[in-house]
Amino acid sequence: MTTLAPTAATRRARAWDTFSRNRLSWIGLALIALIVLAAIAAPLIAPHDPLEQDIVARLDPPSAEHWLGTDTYGRDVLSRMIYAARISLFVGFVATLIAMTIGATIGILCGYVGGWFDQFMMGLLDVMLAFPTLLLGLMIAAMLGASLHNLIIAIAITEIAPFARIARAPTITLKQLDFVEAARALGFGPVRIMGVHILPNMISDVVVMGSLWMASAIRTEAALSFIGLGVPPPAATWGSMIREGFDNILDTWWLSVFPSLAILATVLALNLLGDALRDAADPKLRAE
Amino acid sequence: MDQAVAAKEQVAAADAAVLDIRGLRTEFRIGGQWHAAVRDLSLALRANETLAIVGESGSGKSVTALSALRLLPSAGARIAAGAVMFDGRDLTKLSEAEMSDVRGNAIAMIFQEPMTSLNPTMAIGDQIAEAIVIHRGAAWSSARAQALRLLDEVKIPAAATRLDDYPHQFSGGMRQRVMIAMALACRPQVLLADEPTTALDVTIQAQVLRQLAELKRAYGMAVLFITHNLGVVAQIADRVAVMYAGEIVEAASVADLFARPTHPYTAALLRAMPRVDRDAAGLEPIPGGVPALTAMPTGCFFAPRCPLRQASCTAQHPELLRFPNGHEVRCPVVLAEAAR
Repeated sequence: MTTLAPTAATRRARAWDTFSRNRLSWIGLALIALIVLAAIAAPLIAPHDPLEQDIVARLDPPSAEHWLGTDTYGRDVLSRMIYAARISLFVGFVATLIAMTIGATIGILCGYVGGWFDQFMMGLLDVMLAFPTLLLGLMIAAMLGASLHNLIIAIAITEIAPFARIARAPTITLKQLDFVEAARALGFGPVRIMGVHILPNMISDVVVMGSLWMASAIRTEAALSFIGLGVPPPAATWGSMIREGFDNILDTWWLSVFPSLAILATVLALNLLGDALRDAADPKLRAE
Repeated sequence: MDQAVAAKEQVAAADAAVLDIRGLRTEFRIGGQWHAAVRDLSLALRANETLAIVGESGSGKSVTALSALRLLPSAGARIAAGAVMFDGRDLTKLSEAEMSDVRGNAIAMIFQEPMTSLNPTMAIGDQIAEAIVIHRGAAWSSARAQALRLLDEVKIPAAATRLDDYPHQFSGGMRQRVMIAMALACRPQVLLADEPTTALDVTIQAQVLRQLAELKRAYGMAVLFITHNLGVVAQIADRVAVMYAGEIVEAASVADLFARPTHPYTAALLRAMPRVDRDAAGLEPIPGGVPALTAMPTGCFFAPRCPLRQASCTAQHPELLRFPNGHEVRCPVVLAEAAR
């Protein structure tokens, strides 16, 4: 931080400038807004009851009546997909929020306290990072059993380590800055210094990564639901819908393909948004 | 007889002292070994008095202030000996929680860099009020009212409209005043000022110094003023301690020190200081540099650079002696000369 460094206000203005000029960021934002609105307004826009069975019309291909076809029980695929968005987004959002809160707390603590505590905690988290996300999630979900709560807990645990790493690095930089030293000289305790003087100066880094990790959480949710460790039926999630259609994917392709596209669109939108936010927050990446 | 008087004077001085540093020794670990950055340092700071510590970079002046407030890094630094007496307690013996209660409350500190010493994400009114809320248990509303009074006191123009401004909306001199307001928030008895004007340009520096002097009088504070600038010392201090390589080499009142610099190092510093009433061509740099912490000479630390060096200087480390002119000086050679 030299005296020539841009001020916080101009930094914010420039970040917004970069964000708004990036066309992909708008595509991401529009797409995610569309999906979230559809999930919120599910009862209004879903053409059918997602649980209503119509045995006569089972496994119908896409038609005027059922735009995206029907499943084995004759349930409307489009309606089920719209309702599934609620669960998938909810699981992704809440799991990421939990992981962000716990991970950032651990990261700030490790960065600020340092020493053996830091070494021990980061070593522990490195062990967690060594497992692929899906495998770790699968182990935890299998241990806890299949339910909405357990799914969220399992996904959250897999994402604690990356958030801790994201929060730790800027904490180490910030704690050496003069204003943190000044805060210590004013007699403020470590909790206050971490919460009031360090956290607000690095929260943007963490939140930006949050949107990228929410995409990952939705992917993990779909994968766990696909192998039957997700939300129990009859509630639908995108992953469980893909699973239902997977055995006969060549005959009844619409059962798997449309939920897959929904996952693809959501993950893509969150990644575009996350990349754009990261670029906007970090002037060094802007030239690329 | 003389010694008895001197001893009595010392006792009286220690009695009146607000902050009394006795025999402080602060060490850093370098390459697995502890090396003293400050050694055998004693200072008595009285109420309503400004004591300046002068010295070049690496002489241990900042370390002294940081030691007094126990703000040294927890790993690789330690107070190896000595006591810091304040309010009847030895600060070096307090728990971290008790120490937090002293910092920013009874003893406050201001730092060198006004540009980076304020939290960029917090309005300055809140930053000043924060210490009042923490130490005095005040409500935020009344603490902010006091913050406004403090901003007025350090002469921030239109203070009421600036309470919710962020640090980046202030100039360097203004930020230093905000820092001073923060330090004064809990009406400290002792203010440690670590080169508070070094980063400011000369006109702003003069304003801030004048203001510090006024505030010292108004609050009856004891001020420990750390600087490498002898011009600033002449302007603000009542007494001066000159530090070299971690120890005091000369201590005297400001008028005496400038009139009769006694230690060869002090004399050399004054010859190296530019003055308007003298030709700049007459400036004499001091040859050599401060010895490294890991390579201190056995005798007098200044001997390798000293124009008065004698064989005895490198043999034994000199004590701080009381001279007939009232100075405390760490140089037996000059004392012998004065006696003659």
